[in-house]
This record gives sequence, structure tokens and C-alpha cells, in this order.
Amino acid sequence: MTAPAMLWAADLTAAVLFVVGLHLTNRPATARRGNRLSALGMVIAVVAAVSDIGQARAITATGTLVLVAGALLGGGAGLVAARRVAMTAMPELVSLFNAVGGGAATVLAIHEFTARGAALGPTAATTGALDVLIGAATFAGSIIAAGKLRGLVPGRPVLLPGRRVGLAGAAVTAVAAGVWLAVRPGSSTGLVVLTVAALAAGVLMVLPIGGADMPVVVSLLNAFTGTAVAMAGLVLGNLILIVAGALVGASGTVLTRLMAAAMNRSVGAIMAGGYGTAGTSTGAAV
Amino acid sequence: MSDDLMFAVTVFVLGALVGFEVISKVPATLHTPLMSGTNAIHGVVLAGAIRLAADADGPLGYGLAFTAVAFAAANVVGGYVVTDRMLRMFHPRRPS
Repeated sequence: MTAPAMLWAADLTAAVLFVVGLHLTNRPATARRGNRLSALGMVIAVVAAVSDIGQARAITATGTLVLVAGALLGGGAGLVAARRVAMTAMPELVSLFNAVGGGAATVLAIHEFTARGAALGPTAATTGALDVLIGAATFAGSIIAAGKLRGLVPGRPVLLPGRRVGLAGAAVTAVAAGVWLAVRPGSSTGLVVLTVAALAAGVLMVLPIGGADMPVVVSLLNAFTGTAVAMAGLVLGNLILIVAGALVGASGTVLTRLMAAAMNRSVGAIMAGGYGTAGTSTGAAV
Repeated sequence: MSDDLMFAVTVFVLGALVGFEVISKVPATLHTPLMSGTNAIHGVVLAGAIRLAADADGPLGYGLAFTAVAFAAANVVGGYVVTDRMLRMFHPRRPS
């Protein structure tokens, strides 16, 4: 097979393993095997990407150094954190992993704007703006969610005066800057305003929600990250990012609704915020 | 519309439909592990970050590439390991 055909076959295999793995994770008896199949798919996708830069693209010595150092640092930190974390602290760690995933998707789009800018076509500029919008809001929101679960950010609903106006203002600013950037992809002002406003919207979205509702919020942000990764795939023309991102975006949305239903709550009521106390264990300070 | 774009949007829509269907009747004990498992899957953004390291140029480009690779690698490795630890609880007689 030619190199592009090998890459295609590897990405298709990875996509199939993600779907089958996720399906097996639905049942307790097969869940662990499902996760391992999914991990095998990930190894295949990553090896395919590395062999792609070995063959199809030239990578500079600095690029290689950046790649190896980043992978060792990030992978090492993820491994140590995942192994050492106490069972009770796992949801906040998942939220942090979700934050960095969303951050990575955001950075991919930011690089497209800074490196190609005005040369980007309308599709790449639009999906790139969506990627930054969703990814940056998710990054900031997931860090706040992890902080609430950890107790670093007050777990009780933080009801700032004018919070709805603030959130609406940040969201409208981010969307307006996103539209501007989609039309004028070379605008660095548009990129900066979009990124900052989306980060602010993420913080303001999660702050008013009580700590006990955080697992549902983390699940929703997880679905957002999937969508941001799919947008990154559309910007870069990378099929495995599109298919895996869409898969997580949709399955994460279904899971979020199931989790909310298990608590007798609706996703809308949870996101409106202001409900409840710091958490089930810390209880109500009357 | 280019052929590439039509193909990409088709993949996106079908991928999302599979995602809607693949989760069903999950027992509540599996909610958190399943969330963690899907969280690990979107770490596939690493495949994009690896290519960014090859495309990057100049201090800003390399800085962005480093950030993307480190973030995505933490998402992938940490995501799968922590999910596996959660799921180990479902096989108490076969710890590993």
C-alpha cells in the first residue's frame, strides 16, 4: 500500500476501535476490555500520525525536540496524576484532562490563524473560529469545575451581581469576534478578543453552578471538547479528529442527559445555576 | 463546495449519529467511567498536535506546538490510565 493508503487504513481502524470500545464500555462485564480496545485505537492513530510526519512532511530538528519534549512532559504528568490520584478525586482529574484536551484543540486553531491568517479559506476560518470559541470556553470552564470539586474555588453557587449580564456580554462578544474572524481570518485583534471573551464565558458559565452538580457539568464540557476537536479536524482536514470528535460530542451529550436524569434534574436547570450547596458531603451551612 | 469539504461534513454527521446511538441503558455506576473513557478518546487531538510540530515555524509556532502536544499527551495518557483504574473496581477478583 502507498503511504496515504496506510494512513487512511490506520485512521479507519482507530475509528472502528473507538466505536467498538465505547460500545463495550456500556456494560460492567466488558467495560474494561472496551476501554483497552479504545486505547489500542489511540496507539494506532498516534503511530500513524508520527509515521506521517516521518514520510509525508519534513520536520525540523527544533520541531522534533518540541514534539518529544512536549509528549514526555504532558504524557508523564498525565501518567503520574492518573496513577496517584485518590479514587474520590478522580472526577476533578478527569475535568483537568478535559481542560487540556480542549486547550490543545484551541491551540491548533490559533496556530492556523497566526501562521496562515488571511490565506485561510472561508470553511477553515469558520470552523477555526468555532474551534477557538468552544475550546477556550471549555478550557476555562473545566478548570473552574475541577477547582470546585477540589475545593479551591467555592463549591457553593457563586452568584456575582449582574452575572447573567456578564455571561451574556462575554458570549455575545465572543460570537461577534468569531464572526469577524471568520470573515477576516487575518485579524489578530479578532483572534485575541475571541479567545479572551470565550475564556471569560467559560468561567462565568460554571461559577454559578453548585458543586454537587459538577459531574454533570464536567460531562457536558467533555461533549464540548469533543465538538472542538471535530472542528479542529475540519480546519486541518484530518479525518480521525473529525470522526472521534463527533463521536465524543454526541455520545457525551447523551451521557450528560442520562447523568442529569439519574439525579432527577434537567441539564437546562443545572446550567442555569444557583441551585444547591457546596456538595453532598460538605453539606448545607444554614 | 469542494469534494473534500463534502466528504468531511459527511464523516462528521455520521460520526455524530453513531455517537448518539452507541450509548444506551448504561447503569449509573458506569456513568463516570464512561465519561472518563470518552474524555480519553478526544485526546486523539494529539494526532493533530503531532502534525502541528512538523508544520510549526518560529518561536510562536514552536511554542504553540509544544503546548498542543503536551496538553494532548496529558489528555490521552492520563485519560486512559484513570479510566482503567475506575473500571478495575468492576473486577475485584482479578486485580492487575
